[in-house]
Amino acid sequence: MNLQTADIMLQISTMLYFASMAGYLLFLFNQKPGWQKTAFYLIATAVALHFVSMVIYTISIRQLPIQNLSQSLSIAAFFLGCMFLVFQYKFDLKILGLFASILLSATMLIVLMLPEAPIEKNSVLKGFWLYSHITLIFTGEAALALACGTGILYLLQEKGIKTKNPGFFFKRLPSLDLLDNVGYTCLTTGFALLTIGLITGFIYAKAIWGRFWGWDPKEIFSVGTWLIYAALLHLRLYSGWRGRKSAIMTIIGFLIIIFTFLGVNMLLGGHHQPFTQ
Amino acid sequence: MSQNILPKIILIGANHKTAPVELREKLSFSPEETIAALEVLKQDKDIKESLIFSTCNRTEILYIPSKGEQIDRIIEFISVQRSIDISKFKNSLYIYKNDDAILHLFQVASSLDSMVVGEPQILGQIKESYRTAVGNKSSGVLLNRLMHKAFSIAKKVRKETGIGDNAVSISYAAIELANKIFSDLSQKSVMLLGAGEMAELAVEHLISNRVKNILVANRTFKNAVNLAQKFNGQPVKFEERVDALKDVDIIISSTGATDYVMTEKQVKLAMKKRHHNTLFFIDIAVPRDIDPKINTISNAYVYDIDDLKNIVESNIDQRGKETIKAQRFIEEAVVKFHNWLEGLAIVPTIKALNDKMSSIVEIEYKKTFQSLKHLSQQDIDAIKRMTQAIASRTIHDPIRFLRNTGDHRDDSLYLNLSRQLFNLDIPEDD
Repeated sequence: MNLQTADIMLQISTMLYFASMAGYLLFLFNQKPGWQKTAFYLIATAVALHFVSMVIYTISIRQLPIQNLSQSLSIAAFFLGCMFLVFQYKFDLKILGLFASILLSATMLIVLMLPEAPIEKNSVLKGFWLYSHITLIFTGEAALALACGTGILYLLQEKGIKTKNPGFFFKRLPSLDLLDNVGYTCLTTGFALLTIGLITGFIYAKAIWGRFWGWDPKEIFSVGTWLIYAALLHLRLYSGWRGRKSAIMTIIGFLIIIFTFLGVNMLLGGHHQPFTQ
Repeated sequence: MSQNILPKIILIGANHKTAPVELREKLSFSPEETIAALEVLKQDKDIKESLIFSTCNRTEILYIPSKGEQIDRIIEFISVQRSIDISKFKNSLYIYKNDDAILHLFQVASSLDSMVVGEPQILGQIKESYRTAVGNKSSGVLLNRLMHKAFSIAKKVRKETGIGDNAVSISYAAIELANKIFSDLSQKSVMLLGAGEMAELAVEHLISNRVKNILVANRTFKNAVNLAQKFNGQPVKFEERVDALKDVDIIISSTGATDYVMTEKQVKLAMKKRHHNTLFFIDIAVPRDIDPKINTISNAYVYDIDDLKNIVESNIDQRGKETIKAQRFIEEAVVKFHNWLEGLAIVPTIKALNDKMSSIVEIEYKKTFQSLKHLSQQDIDAIKRMTQAIASRTIHDPIRFLRNTGDHRDDSLYLNLSRQLFNLDIPEDD
């Protein structure tokens, strides 16, 4: 009964994500602020419903719903929604909602379409360190997803200006400076969260398996991703990798995150595997 | 019958299309002169309401005469106020009456009549002159209403058409680009290469956008000092221009040099010193000053005069379509205002008042006679006559008051008031 309610709420919130995407697309084309506002409220409502749905789920199974791929993606989407709301509030970069709503709609569609995988009760999945690990990693990755979004917007705007052919996006996107700044903030926020998230992961591993590091493929790729972002930040601070190069790097970085999240478990296995089955 | 005549709205003026700049300068009113002139018009018994609107591109007088049209009188008034012979400016004037005047006013407010169509300052300027007129009590119920309609149509045009979107002059295009590259121009510094007339023009537009700092570099240092002084900037030696790149964000170049005054190599080195922060070069010189290869350096953007012209041209095409849409909004608004004006006429007001009374009487009959079934037809007729008499007596004096169009009284004010007092159907105009 409870689980059914949670499922229905999840479906409604998915529909709202889609409605919000439609609103942002309309806003992109006709630039009426009303559409942007509507789309924003839709996405905010969707995130709230998504949250309630997850709470109901957690209470009824007495565990965080991260037992299979569908649930993990759903949590990732939820944190992305939260992060978007935070950054939207902070920077008022309206068009970023387009990227967020598209990504959210796509993710939630996959969540709903995936077949229900059998869920085994797993006593390992409990405790403060685990919850911190999950929250930090997911919020961090959400911030990096938004960095990728601003990166895409930056490249669209930059191309028009560089080639002296300001087209469709010129009026619709904000200045390069602003996009670069928002992207940078997303990047540093995401990187900081990811760093602490990895540390809590190591502590958790120590508590459960008695060791910090287990040569798990996901561990290797996660640290690899972290190194790439660390390198990007370093280049940005010391070698002036701002603007276009930085935008391209954030996009590549996020693609690697997606691979680490999905690909590693599917192709290479490891102890993170059950989350994405 | 005089009651049926609509109040006249007349607009007399000259703008950039009809008068050369020398004449426009002579015709234009400063804010203080406007106040003094409005005072004169207010004293004039033949002018009921008036408003003067004067910018560098236009001088217009909008007024409502008490009787006749008073056109010659206003032309003479301009001549006296601006101490200029009538023959010198009469041919440059346009005179619009009633709907044409409303149409023209709406077009001006919506920036369709501007030199740079779609430029946003005009609405603010009109609002300012309206405030002056209100402050001097030279505008009344009609002009107030008309001006408010002008403001709302201008807002609608700005909001719902793309008329203000597209830069249609070179400097606007350059500013717009700068705004899409930098998020806050007030934090950015500009360097001018060359201190000629072109540089000065470019800076005038940038000043209105208020940049942080202006550097002027020129081969003849004296000219750099002079221009820098004019804009509160700093002069730099021409040889220092490459060093200065680390302190500025926008470079506007307009020297008469035959070779590039900024090369790719110089900028590449400078980029390192400024931690690859964005540089925007605007090259308005012919032949070009800035090596176009600089555009290939990351975070450096070079626009020469041809690039800017191309943008302007594509914007002009786009603007044409939006103008048609704006024109439609404006024509609708003119019709609505016309209807409102007609509704203010005396006869329709009296008729509406009579109709309202008859309908009240009718409703009350029905209520009363339903419960008094025993009355004879004779009684019914007598009661009907009495009620009608009370009703018409009640509105007799108000109607006489409205019909009696006094010499110096503002009829439209009373008509408007009567309509509100009796809650009569006021023609919808929103």
